[in-house]
Amino acid sequence: MSADYRRIVKDGLWDNNGVLAMLLGLCPTMAMTTSATNGFGMGLATAVVMAASNLLVALFRNHITQEVRIPVYILIVAAMVTVVDLTMNAWMHELYKVLGLFIPLIVSNCLPLARLEAFASKEPVLPSLLDGIAMGIGFTIALTGIGAIREIVGSGTLFADASLLLGPAFKFMEMRLLPESSNMLVMILPPGGFLVAGLVVVGKRMLDLRAGKAIQMGGAHSAA
Amino acid sequence: MKLGASRHSIVLGLFCLGFGILLAATHGVTAGDIASRASEDRLNSLSQVLPAELYDSSPLDHVLELTDGEGKAVKVYRAEKAGQVTGVAYEILGTGYAGEIRLMMAVDAAGRILGVRVLAHKETPGLGDKIEAKKGDWILRFTGLSLGQPEESHWKVKKDGGEFDQFAGATITPRGVVAAVRRGLEFFRANQAQLTEVKS
Repeated sequence: MSADYRRIVKDGLWDNNGVLAMLLGLCPTMAMTTSATNGFGMGLATAVVMAASNLLVALFRNHITQEVRIPVYILIVAAMVTVVDLTMNAWMHELYKVLGLFIPLIVSNCLPLARLEAFASKEPVLPSLLDGIAMGIGFTIALTGIGAIREIVGSGTLFADASLLLGPAFKFMEMRLLPESSNMLVMILPPGGFLVAGLVVVGKRMLDLRAGKAIQMGGAHSAA
Repeated sequence: MKLGASRHSIVLGLFCLGFGILLAATHGVTAGDIASRASEDRLNSLSQVLPAELYDSSPLDHVLELTDGEGKAVKVYRAEKAGQVTGVAYEILGTGYAGEIRLMMAVDAAGRILGVRVLAHKETPGLGDKIEAKKGDWILRFTGLSLGQPEESHWKVKKDGGEFDQFAGATITPRGVVAAVRRGLEFFRANQAQLTEVKS
């Protein structure tokens, strides 16, 4: 086992990606991917929570008894979400105005909980921290990608309002790719979320098949 | 078994205590900053409807608590200049297609609208969201109007026999906003004396 870090990173980013392979955390995926910027912000906030809670659970893994582990995990995830919520409100207020409504949603995301149960409760601190970061970045990539597709087809823009999220220096990322008249409104409404997420999952599996990999069905045995 | 149960309780209790302390500490560190951010936000939304030349001290320091016709509390921010009330701003609520629409409106001392802005809504993107100042100038149409102009009976969307445009594909949203603004003006009329009286 001796901490195969490359495997952990690869799993988190692609092979066992939280959204695209395990199909976990679909609630924020659907709600927050109306634009690439929203998806990116939600992904980053989730990544911070996952890294911190993975680290804490790995740190205390020998003290958390089997019978009360689920309440303790939920306690840790909820506490980390609240800390992120408060600090962002105080010190990253512009970002908070965009994401604030959705940060509490992270508690209801089963992806952090699934990683605590499946990984951080059994592994040492360093691999667990890395797993949280890799899974979080994988989540961010999936949300940004789905958000970008929905935004381009639905609003004709890409990374609109990115400067609100990242600062004025990132104004150059905001672009309009299609004229407003060709917008397909359905893509930024809830049905578009299911359509695009489904298509992206199909796309990932086709790529994996072409690469000759067995399709991972990691989600089947994890908490849903 | 009994020992086991008490051990689990202690573990769970200790975690609750530890994270409770962490949350309390975070709250303690951030509370002041959060409060000042919130008042900055409020001033920001006020400044969109209340022109800055109307006041010489922050409207946030001149808050009046009144109740509207339905018994709900309304927080009124008053713009005062040289001891005179030059305008008042308050939040109004409309009912749109997908729930509540929160608006901020400002009225001058004579009851003319200084401005109306949408603070929050859940209307359909691309259809109902043209009420945002960012997405269209429909909301600017209210500036300068009052209960006599247009006539009170014309404070409706055109489809209902009034003066205000609806949007293609969205009538319920503008209807809700127009009704909310009219109620806001009625609230001003009902409380005009109290709203514009200067306390020394």
